[in-house]
Amino acid sequence: MFSSFFYLLRKRGLSVSFNEWMTLLEALKKGLHHSSFTGFYYLCRAILVKSETDFDRFDGAFLEYFKDMEFTEELPKELLEWLENPKDKPKDKFDMDRANENAYLSSEEIQKMLLERLQEQKEEHNGGSYWVGTGGVSVFGNSGYSPKGIRVGGVSRYKTAFQVAGERNFRDFRNDNTLDTRQFQMAFRQLRQFSSRIDAPKTEFDIDNTVQETCNNAGKLKVVYQKPRKNTVKVLLLMDSGGSVEYYSRLCSALFQSVSKSNHFKDLKVYYFHNSIYSKVYTEPSLRVKLAVDTNWILQNISSEYKVIIVGDAMMEPSELLSSSYYSYGVRDSVPGIEWFQRFKQKYPHIIWLNPAKRPQWSSYWSHTYDVLADLFAMYPLSVDGLQEGLKKLLVSK
Amino acid sequence: MYSENTFQGSQNYVASQELMGAVNIAMALQKPLLIKGEPGTGKTMLAEAISQALNKKLVIWNIKSTTKAQDGLYVYDVVQRLYDSQFGNQGVDDIAKYVKLGKLGEAFSSDEQVILLIDEIDKADLEFPNDLLWELDKMEFYIPETKQTIQAKHRPIVIITSNAEKELPDAFLRRCIFHYIAFPSQELMEEIVNVHFPNLDTDMLKQVMEAFYWIRGLSSIQKKPSTSEVLDWIQALQLGGVSQQKIKSEIPFAGVLLKKNEDLDTLEKYKR
Repeated sequence: MFSSFFYLLRKRGLSVSFNEWMTLLEALKKGLHHSSFTGFYYLCRAILVKSETDFDRFDGAFLEYFKDMEFTEELPKELLEWLENPKDKPKDKFDMDRANENAYLSSEEIQKMLLERLQEQKEEHNGGSYWVGTGGVSVFGNSGYSPKGIRVGGVSRYKTAFQVAGERNFRDFRNDNTLDTRQFQMAFRQLRQFSSRIDAPKTEFDIDNTVQETCNNAGKLKVVYQKPRKNTVKVLLLMDSGGSVEYYSRLCSALFQSVSKSNHFKDLKVYYFHNSIYSKVYTEPSLRVKLAVDTNWILQNISSEYKVIIVGDAMMEPSELLSSSYYSYGVRDSVPGIEWFQRFKQKYPHIIWLNPAKRPQWSSYWSHTYDVLADLFAMYPLSVDGLQEGLKKLLVSK
Repeated sequence: MYSENTFQGSQNYVASQELMGAVNIAMALQKPLLIKGEPGTGKTMLAEAISQALNKKLVIWNIKSTTKAQDGLYVYDVVQRLYDSQFGNQGVDDIAKYVKLGKLGEAFSSDEQVILLIDEIDKADLEFPNDLLWELDKMEFYIPETKQTIQAKHRPIVIITSNAEKELPDAFLRRCIFHYIAFPSQELMEEIVNVHFPNLDTDMLKQVMEAFYWIRGLSSIQKKPSTSEVLDWIQALQLGGVSQQKIKSEIPFAGVLLKKNEDLDTLEKYKR
């Protein structure tokens, strides 16, 4: 029927599925739009759109598709013929004063008037101010002039739906930054190592031991419970913040969101650095010196069973990584960044690097540090596939 | 068309036109209605209101982080059966005696149509909604222990609420009708406050509303205060006997409105 609307929605980035489209057609057949265009708008939105962040995109597409739509069904045929083939040519001049009076009418009043006229009107009218016709100054018809009104033969009583869609009330909710963190989250589920050697009450029914104990008990039932198996994976996340990595902040924040939402880790620690790790890392992405932590403290206190994920573009001025005296965010340091990275690598057997950036195609200044770090760490692209691969690597011991 | 089963709001619940439309669409199409919205916009209340308006029983399934899809269907109490067998109690042979239906099972097996509220579905495990696809689609499930299929006698009206803590899977979303409850406008909010504090001074209400919407408008506030917070705040202001002039300029008891330290700091900065 209007399947091109379906394709327009998909083209505008709404993932409308065929099933949902069929549901909409079914709903229309049942008359759930109550033969009104506003009802149609809400019906489409309720069935086709599944997140408030997509409302704005939907409103845009809806306007785009329906703004030029001709509405012919509910108007009497003769009326439309009069409108399409007016006997009188439109006048050059309109009665402007009469027309301007229309400005004070509200859209509800205009709609009501149109409905009345549709009942009353029995003949063609052109150039007047009362009836539905062409070239006049009444509030309905076409080829006329009126500061307010309904163009019959073009957009007509649909106005209210356009008002709703046209207000674009959900613009604020629109968030093009929303990456599909679900995919990332699903990937992180791989990062599990189950163990029942944890501090938890024994709540799970242990069939094998119940049978055993009951037999030993001369057949008298003795129920045995065991500790549930839980994920014991602990994660240390180190994220590059600011500078060149800013360009990838959407991707990085999607990763951060999905890690922090994954509540199946036994522990999650997150620290930030800028370009390279030095003697301090930061607890906040703003890298405030006040909230800095000694990197040595981490190396001493965070045990080697943590799985370490470093996120960064690995591209910086070579001296930032290799020089032995670099000043960064209020901290002067005598140990080069590369040395710190090596210490992490030594301490933590399970460590990977996720890189949101691609290696520059030609070897340059920037790719130098990239190559050095990719050599030191198992480096994976920060994408769903790369993440999956990297997490697999984190689980196996070399 | 569906005169008997139409939702028009209820005495204690003022539903917007769009919300009522969404409820009626979901009922007519027999699909679950997924309700999202900021905390405190009355998502859970909706199911109660529908249940009252249509005079149908409400079955609430509260989802927690440990809830599994299976819990909603049925639980087979093996341990009780073992114990009973030990003492030779009667009816041990009857497995059905030890199969207890969960909330979903309860809704399916009810003799009349009920409203099933699956509250805060996003609290559960990521896979949780996917595990319910078949059950919500076909409105039936199979109990292997008793070789019994529980089939809905009357398709329940399913309302699902979500706080968007986790993203729901696409396959699940595709089967739902979606509605987002927008934050109430100032007029609607005044109406809501009036219901709770019928004797509140008009000037005070005006001051409170202005201050409240001003705070909500600050872009750097992380956790925006909502309806329940403003109601608490008015209570605090009344008990504390704060003079009206100070409400907007000093924002007393700001801790009632803002729950995060950072947000309170932000407020201090903007306050003059």
